[in-house]
Amino acid sequence: MDFSLDFKSLKPVIAVAQSVSTKLTFADYLGAVKVRWGIGRDNYRVAPGLYKIGNPGNESEVFISANYKLSFDALRKNLAGMNAWILVIDTKGVNVWCAAGKGTFATDNLVKSIKENSLELVVKHRRIIVPQLAATGVAAHKVKEQSGFAVTFGPVRACDIRPFIEAGYKASPEMRKMVFPMRERAKLIPVDFMYRKYQLLLVLVVIFFFSGLDKTGFIFPKMVETGLFPITNIVGAYLAGIVLAPLFLSWVPFRAFALKGTFWAVVTTVALNLIVPTPLIEGVGLGLINLSIASFMTMNFTGSSTYTSLSGVQKEMKVAIPFQIAFAAIGFILFIISKLV
Amino acid sequence: MCITVCPHAVFEMVDKKARIVDVDDCMECGACALNCQYGAITVKSGVGCAAAIINGILNNTEPNCDCSKENTPNCC
Repeated sequence: MDFSLDFKSLKPVIAVAQSVSTKLTFADYLGAVKVRWGIGRDNYRVAPGLYKIGNPGNESEVFISANYKLSFDALRKNLAGMNAWILVIDTKGVNVWCAAGKGTFATDNLVKSIKENSLELVVKHRRIIVPQLAATGVAAHKVKEQSGFAVTFGPVRACDIRPFIEAGYKASPEMRKMVFPMRERAKLIPVDFMYRKYQLLLVLVVIFFFSGLDKTGFIFPKMVETGLFPITNIVGAYLAGIVLAPLFLSWVPFRAFALKGTFWAVVTTVALNLIVPTPLIEGVGLGLINLSIASFMTMNFTGSSTYTSLSGVQKEMKVAIPFQIAFAAIGFILFIISKLV
Repeated sequence: MCITVCPHAVFEMVDKKARIVDVDDCMECGACALNCQYGAITVKSGVGCAAAIINGILNNTEPNCDCSKENTPNCC
């Protein structure tokens, strides 16, 4: 008797997939709010692998998702009423667009994930729907070559998935365009605000300390008496740079973010000096520091924006940073002088 | 494919060839280059946030924010 077993053909076909709801709970919304404020943002993940929406079969569509829970939730809440598979790939808890740029939501990882989850045994067809913003990392023709699955790039926003499918998996030009309206800009402000809170605190402590400067040294009662105005200036500049400028991004005519920040710092500085009569040297000194801080903060917001380019930011920084350093230095020197005269 | 993947509608088709409408609209994400089977376009893409560029200047490397390392704080 000759028994020969071809073990390659003995693959068990078990799609071990967790079912997930398409309804977000209070916990999901609370989690979203927290990460927008930078709380737990580095660890807001779902386990990579296959998930079921409804009761999918071997003809159901497969949606590819990042394992950042905010991305995953945005996807599943837009699949209500459908029977579908979600294949979550490991993007280290990072959202689609950033992960694609970083190389984790990319061809290799996607192909690996398809194979590890035996997708070819889960569905009969050979189609996967990938978010458009993953195109920065996913080469559709290479995924097809290496996994046999044809990539359809879905719309930019998950909320357009349903209309996209209803149109026969065709996206309108609007669905393929990334926009950056005020509502979206506002969502990014809290995390950027919180990101540099310790640096802000440090600057506030320093300016408070130097408020007490006198010909004889640092005097605590003088800090308490005169420290509020400088502190208000610095906080105002920080807010100008990371709240006002981003919120009203398109309202200000300058293209460079650093200039937009400078504009709002001029506004806050003038307003503060109108409300509180201040000796000129101190007012100008603090004003220059304000311009520096706000300009720097808004310049950093380029990283959160959806349309700035690497070469554009580099060009902007070449000019902006020397000014920011100079303004901060001159402003600080003037502030010290104002305390000594 | 470039027309499908570009998030800023930089391309349009004219006479079966893609052309750039306004290069200033381009954010250098590289999606077009990666998805062009014909290698018709190249893009110098990379991390474009100011913090990463500063990081690169200070460490004498290409702009990077070290987000890929597991235990470093994420800035993205």
